[in-house]
Amino acid sequence: MTETTEQVRRDATVRVFRGEDRTSGQFVEYTVPVDPGMVVLDVMFRVQQMRAPDLAVRWNCKAGKCGSCSAEINGRPKLMCMTRLSSLPPAEPITVAPMATFPLVRDLVTDVSFNYEKAKTIPAVRLAPPGPDGKRRMFQEEVDRVQEFHKCIECFLCQNVCHVIRDHEENKEAYAGPRFFVKLAALEMHPLDTRDRIEMIRAREGLGYCNITKCCTEVCPESIKITDNAIIPLKERVVSEFYDPLAWVKRRIFGGPDDGAKEPAAVADR
Amino acid sequence: MSAAQRAEHDEATYDVIVIGGGGAGLRAAIEATAQGAKTAIVCKSLFGKAHTVMAEGGMAAALRNVWPEDGWDVHFRDTMRGGKLLNNWRMAQIHAQESPDRVLELEEWGAMFDRTPEGLILQRDFGGHRYARLAHVGDRTGLELIRTLQYRAVELGIDVLMECNVQRLLLDDGHVAGAFGYWRQTGRFILLRAKAIVLATGGAGRSWRVTTNSWESTGDGLRLALEAGADLMDMEFVQFHPTGMVWPLSVRGLLVTEGVRGDGGTLKNKNGERFMFNYIPEFFKAETADSEAEADRWYQDKKNNRRTPDLLPRDEVARAINSEVKAGRGTPHGGVWLDIASRRSADYIKRRLPSMYVQFKELADVDITKEAFEIGPTCHYFMGGIRVEADSAATTVRGLFAAGECAAGLHGANRLGGNSLSDLVVFGRRAGLHAAQFAAAQRAPGAVDPSDLDAAAARMLAPLERQDGEDPYAIQSDLQDTMQDLVGLIRTQSELDEALVRVRSYRDRLSRVSARGDAKYNPAWNLSLDLDSMLTVSEVCTRAASMRTESRGGHTRDDFPTADPEWAKVNVVVRRKDGELSLQTEPLPQMPADLKEIATGEGKATAAAAPQTT
Ligand SMILES: Cc1cc2nc3c(=O)[nH]c(=O)nc-3n(C[C@H](O)[C@H](O)[C@H](O)COP(=O)(O)OP(=O)(O)OC[C@H]3O[C@@H](n4cnc5c(N)ncnc54)[C@H](O)[C@@H]3O)c2cc1C
Ligand code: SF4
Ligand code: SF4
Ligand code: FES
Repeated sequence: MTETTEQVRRDATVRVFRGEDRTSGQFVEYTVPVDPGMVVLDVMFRVQQMRAPDLAVRWNCKAGKCGSCSAEINGRPKLMCMTRLSSLPPAEPITVAPMATFPLVRDLVTDVSFNYEKAKTIPAVRLAPPGPDGKRRMFQEEVDRVQEFHKCIECFLCQNVCHVIRDHEENKEAYAGPRFFVKLAALEMHPLDTRDRIEMIRAREGLGYCNITKCCTEVCPESIKITDNAIIPLKERVVSEFYDPLAWVKRRIFGGPDDGAKEPAAVADR
Repeated sequence: MSAAQRAEHDEATYDVIVIGGGGAGLRAAIEATAQGAKTAIVCKSLFGKAHTVMAEGGMAAALRNVWPEDGWDVHFRDTMRGGKLLNNWRMAQIHAQESPDRVLELEEWGAMFDRTPEGLILQRDFGGHRYARLAHVGDRTGLELIRTLQYRAVELGIDVLMECNVQRLLLDDGHVAGAFGYWRQTGRFILLRAKAIVLATGGAGRSWRVTTNSWESTGDGLRLALEAGADLMDMEFVQFHPTGMVWPLSVRGLLVTEGVRGDGGTLKNKNGERFMFNYIPEFFKAETADSEAEADRWYQDKKNNRRTPDLLPRDEVARAINSEVKAGRGTPHGGVWLDIASRRSADYIKRRLPSMYVQFKELADVDITKEAFEIGPTCHYFMGGIRVEADSAATTVRGLFAAGECAAGLHGANRLGGNSLSDLVVFGRRAGLHAAQFAAAQRAPGAVDPSDLDAAAARMLAPLERQDGEDPYAIQSDLQDTMQDLVGLIRTQSELDEALVRVRSYRDRLSRVSARGDAKYNPAWNLSLDLDSMLTVSEVCTRAASMRTESRGGHTRDDFPTADPEWAKVNVVVRRKDGELSLQTEPLPQMPADLKEIATGEGKATAAAAPQTT
């Protein structure tokens, strides 16, 4: 089936957003020849080589591994380097627009520095000391769920679709967004980590704003189950640790499950 | 640039500037900061996206979690033999001794490697390594490495100047005083003043048509170092990875990790023959299985069997594939088959090689758990680069250090898989340490000569000011064809001569290049400037390749098909004198007798490492 679509498609017409701000910029149509197997990013290269040498596109690996080439293709948030032409309807032009949530730099490139600022608010891992032989022991079963979160390529597509950020600029201050809930979940579920971030997840990273629409999970190119595996378990921890007075008192007096090793991460921690 | 324009550029001052945000640059910056130096990382792309993110298979370190028989001496020996003994022995020794600590330190900072049943870091088999030695995370080890170091750098509060492209190093009386470049997002210039600089700019594979490398790998650090007066070395040695994707065209060159073979995959020609058994070189005969049965047993029982020839060092495998295809035994699109489907269960493949599974499924409509797939050689890694002092990573220019893929020495004539990621952290750390110490001994950054800034700015602006000149994309495309066709896996004098003529003609065209549009996130302009590095690297590589009239590791000459003992004693060193490149041979550093014994196959370590046939 893909074979036939590809044989039919000798050239592709793309409508690419061009400009330096969202109001004055506009979609420009280009038609370029294409080869079998091409992805949308290949078409952008063709446009650069044949029609618009200064078309701004951010990319790096062209293999779905670096998370640089996020864009909205036919209105859907995707990686340009992993979107095959054969997966798009052949009869219609392909629309390529920059991510909507972040400030525009130029053409398809946005300013994603919001995410890098959020990253700075998260207290790093702090492990319990290694065994007497200098090595640490963790078992594959406990590592599996954290490894799922570590697959994140920081494409920020989830941040882009999350309505809490997309529709409410004012939330940005107090809301980390799905990418960083994934990061926080990875830290919280690390079998040897000693820090307690629950209070700051609630108070400062704004987990409560998320109303589990699952839009983030739908767009994740790494198929991380952001809502089911990261956000919901974090919400449960917040509820049980923060709103359950008994658990709270117990935690304060007797320490966490690992015998007081859990050190609360200060909200003001950088 | 007028004085007024010059006044407008951004300016910042640091003790240490690290150019490069891959594994080497990150580790260098972390160490420099730990030493108390005010440090910044500068990188061309977004933070956390450097080429290192693509590394798949793993990082080599004799942790001895899977094979207690392993040790630094065995790792040292494997590295030297893989490099055809052209390696800087001291770097190979430091690397083998320090890599286990560097891996454990990554774990300390949050990395989650795959585990053994006992809960330790699991290690996998890779070509040229006597024992399963590569710490890994499925087939996305580079991502784990870069994220871990990235967040460590965030924790330490290191300044990161991202999408910032350094175009020139500035010197004060022969020592480093700073760097000059531009922000990609705005096109604005920036002057960075520093007491010491670490180059960690990665590789230069972008000059070839079929490559695993990202757009960043244009060899900027090599050009910057050469222009600053530092030496380059071993530039003729380019690693062609044997297994790149060959079809569809859009993904040609994309890497297929060696982990596929490490985990049981095997190479076959169009007749279904496991041809690698026909290509075992004398040098590796004693340690390589000569029957399919022994090769298959080796995966489970390494003590009583010898390694499969599918996992010979990369140069050997790439040449074998090339010969099969030339002899007419290739696949429909000019590669050979790599088959893991018939040898391992679908579950196992998906668990061990998840990205490979997705990569083929999504980009080539191939299910690697069900069928064999086509692969062929692809330009992958630069063994050569900036010449450094082994212990300190110092270049020959005062205050300038280099680490990672842009540095030369550790890998000799051919790198073993997995030895790069460990290289990055071992020598990244050392570069950061010594740069910080160097900086601490300076009172202030050196003076910057305004005329240097003028010259750099004028050079950078020229492509924007020129109307109707040469098209940068066309120059790049022609260069890639030339290097692919004439300075590829197999080389010969007449082709190298032709390549040099062509590369020089591209240089001429580059002097007339014009980038349409302005400086703000303009890829045509960015490429125009990067082409300078690409042409420099291409010229140096071609000339070094003509000079070395023998075949060794990642340098194969059709007209000089064998290794020459005289060439085993020297490196080709490149430097710039009075604006001209000069190439000469210089003797290798002498290896102490005890290490020589380990490397060449007698002695204590090799007794443990020697293949035991029963
Ligand atoms: C697909 C693939 C898979 C691999 N798998 C493995 C593996 O399994 N095991 C292994 O050991 N090795 C592997 N390698 C090799 C290894 O990944 C690289 O050699 C290594 O990552 C290089 O790291 P680096 O830190 O030296 O440079 P890079 O990661 O290449 O980073 C270079 C940095 O320098 C910056 N830079 C460059 N020029 C400039 C400039 N002018 N101004 C500012 N910044 C600049 C770039 O932006 C970037 O941040 C693989 C390579 C590839 C391509
Ligand atoms: S599930 Fe939560 S985080 Fe994800 S998109 Fe919806 S609101 Fe945002
Ligand atoms: S969680 Fe998924 S969608 Fe979000 S940044 Fe990571 S990879 Fe992208
Ligand atoms: S270019 Fe790296 S994910 Fe698309």
